[in-house]
Amino acid sequence: MDYIRVQEADFDVQAEYQAMRKDNREDGAIVFFVGQVREMNQGSEVTGLFLEHYPAMTEKSLQTIVAQARERWPVLNRIRLIHRVGQLHISDQIVFVAVSSSHREAAFEACHFMMDFLKNRAPFWKKETIGAGDRWVEALQKDKDALTKW
Amino acid sequence: MKVLFFAQLRERLNCDNTDLDIELPVLVCDLREALMTRFPDHADLLKAGKALVAINQELVNDEKATIATADEVAFFPPVTGG
Repeated sequence: MDYIRVQEADFDVQAEYQAMRKDNREDGAIVFFVGQVREMNQGSEVTGLFLEHYPAMTEKSLQTIVAQARERWPVLNRIRLIHRVGQLHISDQIVFVAVSSSHREAAFEACHFMMDFLKNRAPFWKKETIGAGDRWVEALQKDKDALTKW
Repeated sequence: MKVLFFAQLRERLNCDNTDLDIELPVLVCDLREALMTRFPDHADLLKAGKALVAINQELVNDEKATIATADEVAFFPPVTGG
């Protein structure tokens, strides 16, 4: 029931959503989140984004995050998690997380939980292109603080 | 033993891995010290909190965790995906 992918290719939200729905009679709720590249970050205009990762570890860390969500909300049914790597551009999709369950509370919470843990535990690093140069994105305290609510 | 580096740590150290002559098993904190000695100009980037550590592709938050022979060890900056 878990679909986890790390890929350079874009994803199609409609197709992903259909995969959550296909022959699914038991779930009353599907929640999904899409993260995309925005043009302003920390006061600078961004023109591109490169996503580096640690290939041997990335999928394993995502599997761990999904397993933790399943342990916390045993009612979860389908989970799809896609994270892109490589060169991206403004408004490109970066990440997709979808969760289904019988009722909405667990699906909302698990989707939020997985994004908060992904932000802190999965080995991805963003490098922004700004004007003629580039800079590594700094990890934010608010992302670390987000874990305390779980 | 071999230590892998990623992202800005890889760029600043100007290498994606290094070989350290160190006796195993070794504690994470002692390996960290050895790396700071090996790269004195970038010791600040290797400090606890500045560089995360993964042993066999799993994040380790314990500076007293033990690294054994054949473990894959990586040091990298706080992650920024999502």
